[in-house]
Amino acid sequence: MSDKKAEPYIKFRCKDVRVHYGQNEALHGIDIEIPDNGVTAFIGPSGCGKSTFLRVFNRMNDTIEGARVSGSILMDGEDIYDKNLDPVLLRARVGMVFQKPNPFPKSIYDNVAYGPKIHGLTTSKAEMDHLVEKSLKRAGLWAEVKDRLKSPGTGLSGGQQQRLVIARAIAVSPEVILMDEPASALDPIATAKLEALIDELKERYCIVIVTHSMAQAARISDKTAFFHMGDLVEFGPTEMIFTNPGNSRTQDYITGRTG
Amino acid sequence: MNSIVAYILMLLIISVIAGFAFNFTAAQKRITLYKGVDVKSERVYHSQSGYHGYLTAWLIGISGFLIFLGGLFLRPDTGGLIFNTVWIGVLILTAASITYLCNQRIRPEFRARTHVERLVIGALIVLSAIAVFTTLGIILSLLFESLRFFDKVPFTEFLFGTQWSPQMALRADQAGQSGSFGAVPIFAGTFLIMLIAMAIAGPIGLMIAVYLSEYASKRVRAYVKPAIEILAGIPTVVYGFFALLTVGPTIRNLAEGFGFSVPTQSAISAGVVMGVMIIPLISSLSDDVINSVPQNLRDGSYALGATKSETMKKVIFAGALPGIIGAFLLAISRAIGETMIVVMAAGRAANLTGNPFEAVTTVTVQIVALLTGDQEFDSPKTLAAFALGLVLFVITLILNVIALTIVRKYRERYD
Ligand SMILES: Nc1ncnc2c1ncn2[C@@H]1O[C@H](COP(=O)(O)OP(=O)(O)OP(=O)(O)O)[C@@H](O)[C@H]1O
Ligand SMILES: [Mg+2]
Repeated sequence: MSDKKAEPYIKFRCKDVRVHYGQNEALHGIDIEIPDNGVTAFIGPSGCGKSTFLRVFNRMNDTIEGARVSGSILMDGEDIYDKNLDPVLLRARVGMVFQKPNPFPKSIYDNVAYGPKIHGLTTSKAEMDHLVEKSLKRAGLWAEVKDRLKSPGTGLSGGQQQRLVIARAIAVSPEVILMDEPASALDPIATAKLEALIDELKERYCIVIVTHSMAQAARISDKTAFFHMGDLVEFGPTEMIFTNPGNSRTQDYITGRTG
Repeated sequence: MNSIVAYILMLLIISVIAGFAFNFTAAQKRITLYKGVDVKSERVYHSQSGYHGYLTAWLIGISGFLIFLGGLFLRPDTGGLIFNTVWIGVLILTAASITYLCNQRIRPEFRARTHVERLVIGALIVLSAIAVFTTLGIILSLLFESLRFFDKVPFTEFLFGTQWSPQMALRADQAGQSGSFGAVPIFAGTFLIMLIAMAIAGPIGLMIAVYLSEYASKRVRAYVKPAIEILAGIPTVVYGFFALLTVGPTIRNLAEGFGFSVPTQSAISAGVVMGVMIIPLISSLSDDVINSVPQNLRDGSYALGATKSETMKKVIFAGALPGIIGAFLLAISRAIGETMIVVMAAGRAANLTGNPFEAVTTVTVQIVALLTGDQEFDSPKTLAAFALGLVLFVITLILNVIALTIVRKYRERYD
């Protein structure tokens, strides 16, 4: 799809994105272009609007009472806030993984099969079995759970649950995976596994990840965006942001002087 | 004559307050002095001044109450000035000596707080023991009276007999009426009405809960929820005459329009009204359960592209089901134990029928019928009420235990 040498393919093009919660403006006009096939990291101090901005891409802000989004957000050149666009279909294309693993109170199998079932992606039991297996394999969980697919997903460890949730998102074959602090509830080993997984997934998916760990952002992301108090302060290749930030606020934040 | 009781109680309260105030201030003074003497020993008094006061108050309260009870018990019928004087004297003397003794103990090493805490715990234990023993007493008396009943009527006849006509011969020379105590028609009637009530309240209550917790805006919820809960506050006797005077005749007239004849008192009118009565029970319990399903499960489902109703049906119900079952069981046990509506609206005929348009009778109705009017206390007719009560109690107890276990298990799952 995208040629490494040429301009990378742009997945999302955002212009003057503002989000209001009631009277309160949480994002003050964000312009950003998120590339396809790669990891984009959002960093910034608590409350600066990272999660809010992440939820713009799959219209999860629609489910919050009082939240309003304005500006233009184009995905593959198409306005995702168009009146004729069904947010339910958008969310099948843009998956999301939350901070706290949230498997449904169902079996491991049913957790993964949930999305494909509601979107009618398979026509037979065998096809579904195959899809579940493929998704679990891709999420790096298959080996650990293949003998207990019928046991509840809530019975897995935190790290396993997080990978289960990723498998669940992958199963509906999204183009984008949004992750909001996916490792914050995990121990270092589970985090390392998750990072390895993200490294693999970025070949196929456009990944946007919010993280509070500078080291993690540096390890896994290709581009980094630094947010501060509802503004996008700086956006560029991760290497550049971490070695040679153009803005003093970025510098202060990544060296630990603020936030 | 009874004014002495009031005086004694007043005196008791006054001495408790006085004892507290006296030793509280004394302790305060001593602690302040102590601090002044030795600046380093700022907190060497084990207990703060309040606890010295509380200890005095508790001790006076307990012993004073015992003196009060003892006096009531020993008091001669004629009362008497001497007795009253001694009574008051003992009380005052006890209060004074307790205050004095406690005052002597206001020292740094005295653990007044520990003692107060022990007394409080002891009082709580005694109070809960009273509640437990009262319940136990009721159960035991149910059990013993039932056993007396089963002396006269075989257990199997009671449980499996299909004929219920508890009229006994009033005089020994009256012949022909021996009474029969087969409780099956009564349980069948109870069950039938419960089914009708649940068929109404189950779906409606659940729909209300779903609407309120997932679809209603905050404003609507703020009005609708209390409005529904008003239903729960209507006295059951009002439901009863509503069933008898409004619902019953309406059903009868409707049925006549179709060419049936239905009595005014029928299983269906009692069941429908009872259903309305338990709607708020089901809706507010289910609403709580649905609300306690964590928001992040909903988010997870929406983020996969599920609609609201898909999320409701497939995720939230899966999580809330045990709690909803618990709510239903509680509602069933409420329906079975409900008395007033069925007394007024269901009739008294012990028909063994599955037809909701006939009059039936329930366990609670029969208990009322057996015990109202002039009764001989040890005839099988009266004792049968205890047997029915026992069965009713056992059934609702089992239902409640199951329901509460399910609800608790469910609660633990998410926190
Ligand atoms: N549901 C909401 N209702 C009202 N205000 C909200 C809501 N969610 C977020 N906000 C506000 O929007 C601003 C941005 O919040 P957001 O959650 O996006 O921050 P964040 O960068 O993700 O912080 P963190 O790193 O702590 O997760 C905050 O000021 C917050 O108070
Ligand atoms: Mg956040």
